[in-house]
Amino acid sequence: MGNGTSIGRVRGLGSSHQGAHHWLLSRLTAVGNIVLIPFLLASLVLLPAYDYATVHAWAARPLSSTALILIMINTFYHARLGVQVMLEDYLHEDAGKFTAWLLVNLVPFAGAAFGILSVLRIALGGA
Amino acid sequence: MAQARSNRPISPHLQIWRWGPAMLVSILHRVTGNGLAFAGLGLLLWWVGAIASGPEAYDSFLGWVWTGTGGALQFITAILGKIVFVGLTWAFFQHLASGVRHLILDIGAGYELHANARWSVVTLVFSIASTILFWAFLLLR
Repeated sequence: MGNGTSIGRVRGLGSSHQGAHHWLLSRLTAVGNIVLIPFLLASLVLLPAYDYATVHAWAARPLSSTALILIMINTFYHARLGVQVMLEDYLHEDAGKFTAWLLVNLVPFAGAAFGILSVLRIALGGA
Repeated sequence: MAQARSNRPISPHLQIWRWGPAMLVSILHRVTGNGLAFAGLGLLLWWVGAIASGPEAYDSFLGWVWTGTGGALQFITAILGKIVFVGLTWAFFQHLASGVRHLILDIGAGYELHANARWSVVTLVFSIASTILFWAFLLLR
């Protein structure tokens, strides 16, 4: 974005053409969450106890592990999209916007990677 | 941008509007969503990481967020942990209900004033009732 000519001042300020995709993925992952999170809550509430052995055995079952890994992908992506919208509404200066863009594109993927690795280790018998 | 800092009139904010259920539910959708994203997913990672790391890490997690048996500091964090967990379940049920409301609004239904206000109130009733039922079932069964 330049400061000289009138066209230079507005170049690059238009649509990124990614809004519809963002909107659709937000809804798609929302539907995924409607299935995944109630499954997690119902599983937790039905556990007979909350000691290590019981919880580990539950998480190691194929259905639980699959749900947990899907949560790491689907729910983290849904959260990433939502937090991005919030940041876009409240951060207006270039430095803040750039920092937020960095974090919102890195942190959710780091978190999901940690979560998936942890679930794999539970499921495949590490620890 | 230079224009954003000029003395041009700005759009009216929260204190101008008369509060209604739709406005409250819209704001709560954002607040609960971001609360779940930061606190909820953070605790989820701590939890699965602790299970993957073994019994000691898992007991440490439980001590900090629930049982509070590991000293004076954990006694305090465990009280806060219980408040956070109840808050997160309410936030989930509220975000779920207002999220389903958004999916219905997306197909073009529910914009009539009375229907819109009524379904907004329903999401609030649903989230509070679900939270009470969830914890009653968990603690009393």
